[in-house]
Formats: sequence, structure tokens, C-alpha cells
Amino acid sequence: MALKLPIFMDNHSTTPVDPRVLEEMIPYFTTKFGNAASRSHKFGWEAEEAVDHARERIAKLVGAKDGKEIVITSGATESDNLALKGVAEFYRDKGNHIVTTVTEHKAILDTCKRLEKQGFEVTYLGVGKDGRVDPDDVRRALTDKTILVSVMLANNEIGTVQPLEEIGRITRERGVLLHSDAVQGIGKVEFDVQKMNVDLASITAHKMYGPKGIGALYVRRSKPRVRLVAQMDGGGHERGMRSGTLAVPLIVGFGKACDIMAQEGKAESAHLLALRKRLRERIMGKLDEVYINGSMEHRLPGNLNLSFNFVEGEGLMMAIKDVAVSSGSACTSASLEPSYVLRALGVGDELAHSSIRFGLGRFNTEEEVDYVADLVVSKVTRLRELSPLWEMHQEGIDLKSVVWAAH
Amino acid sequence: MSYSTKVIEHYENPKNVGTLDKSDPNVGTGLVGAPACGDVMRLQIKVNDSGVIEDARFKTFGCGSAIASSSLATEWIKGKTLDEAETIKNSQIVEELNLPPVKIHCSVLAEDAIKSAIADYRKKQAERRASGTGQ
Repeated sequence: MALKLPIFMDNHSTTPVDPRVLEEMIPYFTTKFGNAASRSHKFGWEAEEAVDHARERIAKLVGAKDGKEIVITSGATESDNLALKGVAEFYRDKGNHIVTTVTEHKAILDTCKRLEKQGFEVTYLGVGKDGRVDPDDVRRALTDKTILVSVMLANNEIGTVQPLEEIGRITRERGVLLHSDAVQGIGKVEFDVQKMNVDLASITAHKMYGPKGIGALYVRRSKPRVRLVAQMDGGGHERGMRSGTLAVPLIVGFGKACDIMAQEGKAESAHLLALRKRLRERIMGKLDEVYINGSMEHRLPGNLNLSFNFVEGEGLMMAIKDVAVSSGSACTSASLEPSYVLRALGVGDELAHSSIRFGLGRFNTEEEVDYVADLVVSKVTRLRELSPLWEMHQEGIDLKSVVWAAH
Repeated sequence: MSYSTKVIEHYENPKNVGTLDKSDPNVGTGLVGAPACGDVMRLQIKVNDSGVIEDARFKTFGCGSAIASSSLATEWIKGKTLDEAETIKNSQIVEELNLPPVKIHCSVLAEDAIKSAIADYRKKQAERRASGTGQ
């Protein structure tokens, strides 16, 4: 098969909708368009039935007992907001302390910052060089005021998988709720709310070949029963936890995407691991001074985050413009700061600026991997020829000994 | 963010990439920026006896706009006297390359690199005169 450009290798940002998902969604836009909250006619019943079926499929993927534990939202950002703000508000009399980690997604970190302004105290745990949080650090951070711990399943930049099972054992023992942003890892690495003692979990459809604009929050209903204060007022949908007319076609797609993941996730992960190995070996076998960011052992199968020393990330992305990847370089962020995740690992700013995140997905092929690897090798070589730092390195100058005129 | 055609043109076919002999008394070297900030430019000039820049070379670690800004800077200063080259402003680079606000620092760096190379050349010349080896 001929290679088609551009190549999408940024599957942590989003994924295309699987054609099988789209196929199931279509009737719910046109003929089965009812409002799932309409109780008085067939259109409504049909929509409600479809939503309930999807809910069961979503529940099954996270390991929930039944569909009633699934609160539909607009996506993981809303799920994260609802989990943290909803729990904080409900359990305020019990305590005002929340524990999370420095490498969480901004939907968690910025929500925590807002809660701090409202009088909550938040402990941000650091991570090791491999990107993992130490469960003992979680244990030590807990106080009699702690109401919630929030730790992601897998990181969106470096793919690091967190020791949730160990953390869940600690939080359960201490009677503290555990929330996990499971967006990146769900279906790809092991995740089970029962086994891991997770009480709330955020997921979204568009990271698993479902449509954008739809997500869910798992909320445990027993042992313990988790309570939330709704952050959206209205018709009392989703058992009062999230008002708003349900987006039936999107929910149907979400359910199908979960079903596919539940059935094919394992085989897909093996495929992704093989592709990643190929990509890594083909690049690192031909280039010096390339560093892997984050743990290789505890990592999403489709994630490869590399720093190409002496080459700037955005400059490299421009050189490989037919390949969609992302970078931790400051130039790609609105804040002009390099990736806070890489900083948290202790990766120096210069290497953070040189990082590229490859996100392999369901539809990537070996041919694409070979093409991308060879392109990266040739462009890094070219950009190094253009780099004064590479020249200095070749001359044996220690760049750390140079006094730079910072600007 | 998409790049302007001119940035792409300079990035894909950069002018005057290379290295001049740092120890040559007629060569001035400017090294500005820092790896931790994500951009470093090295701009070098070779000045003839009449004070005209007869050659200019650069190497840049940075994004496409940084590479384009330095490529353009070398093009502009070639054939100019030191005094003329010194008057180049970053705003002219911004205008020529159509740089968006987040990339203005690339043009500032290029202006700094020109000034720094000229200063290095003048310092070398002054030292030569002081040690009596000048012509």
C-alpha cells in the first residue's frame, strides 16, 4: 500500500473515529433522534435504551458494577472538574485537603488551583526520574483533613503509568477517596476500579477512537458510596449529578468505542508495542545523543518521548511537517515555558526544548513507522549541521561550562 | 500556528550557514541566547579593510523562525559597512518575515547577534591596535 501523507502520529492528542463507531452513531442523528429524557413516546424510549446500552459498555471497560455508576459529561476536562470540585464541595465539613501530583493534566492542576483560592489545601507530590509517584509519598501526605487523592492512570506526555493499585490500597485503608484521570491509559493498560480501589475515574471518547465532545465520570455507588455536588444546574439529568440533554449519537459512539477497546485492547497494545520498538530502534540506532524521557517499563505502549540533543523541538517538527507529532518545546506552548512534565522528571530545560512526543495508534502501520524514523534521522542530522551547539559538542566543549546570555 | 512563506523559504534553504575562523582578526563572532531558553544564535562576520562586511555566516539552535531570522540577518548585513549593519532593527526582520507576536523574540535575538558580532570585531581590532600589531 502506498504511503499516504500527512501521517498522524499524535494519538495522545486525539484519535480518528473508528468507522465501526461512526456506523453505529449515524441512525441516532437522523431517524432515532429522540430525547433520552422524553418518557412519553417511542422516540424517547429508543434514545434512552441506546444510552443505557452505551452506559453498560462504558461501565464494563472501567470495571464498574453497573451503568448507574457512569455520569456522562462533555469530556475528561469536565469529568475532572466535576470530580474534584464536586467532592470538595460535598465533603468540605470532613476536611479541606487534597493530594495530587505535579505531572497531572492541567484539568486537574488548574482545578486544584481554583480550589486553593476557595480555602482548600493541595499537596502536589513530585515524581521520580522515571515519572512515577512513590506510593509511600502518598501515604505520608495524608492527614486527617485529606478528603481526596487524584492520580492519573497514565501521563499524556511521557506515557508513564502510575502505581494506582498500591495507591488505591493506601487510600482505601485510610478511608480517603481516590480519583484517577484515566483518559490516556484506559483500554491500553490494565485498569479496573474494583481491583485498584478507584472511587472516581475520568475518561473521554475521542482518545479511544470515539467522537469528540463526550466523556464520562465513573462515580462509585457502594463501599463507599461517593457523593458529589453537581456543578451544572438544570433538569437533574444523570441522577442529579450533571444536568443537560444527553448527546445520544455521541454516547452511542462512546459505548461502541469502549466495546471495541474491551475486546481488542490487548491485541492492539501488542501491536503498538511492536511499532514503538521498531520506531525507537530505527531512530536510536542511527543517531547519537537521543534520550528517552520517562520510564520504559511502566509506559503506555504507543508512547515514545525522545529528546534530540542540540536540536530544538519546534524546529524539528517544522522539518518533518508531513508527520503530526508534538513537542515539549516552549515554542509550541502559549506560555513560552517548556513542558512542566519533563521539568518534573528533572530533564533540563535544554533537553525539554528538544523533545518530541510520538503517539502511535490503532491505524499506524510499519511502513509509516519506517518512513517517520528515516525522516527524523535525516532531519535531525541536517538541523545539527545548522546547530552551533552540535558544533561545540563535537569540539569537546562542555555546554554547561559556557556562560550563556540568557534572555 | 502556520508559518509565513518567507519563514519557510529561509528555513528550507537557509543562506550563509557555516563557520568562519574565530581566531582571524578580521572575523567577529556573536553568540547569543541560551540552550535553556530554546534558542542560541551564532553569527559571524568577516570585515575587509574598508570596514565592509564581506562575508557573514550563522548557525542557529532554535525554531523555524529563529533559523529564518538569522538567515535573513546574514543576507542583509553582507556588503554593508559596520555602521550600516548596526542600524538594522528587529522590527524590520519582523516585518520582512511576517513574524507573529510569539516569535518576536527570534528577531530580537537576531538583532542582538549582529550587534554582538560587530562588538566582538571592534574589540579585537582595538586590542590589536593596543598591542601594536595593527596595520
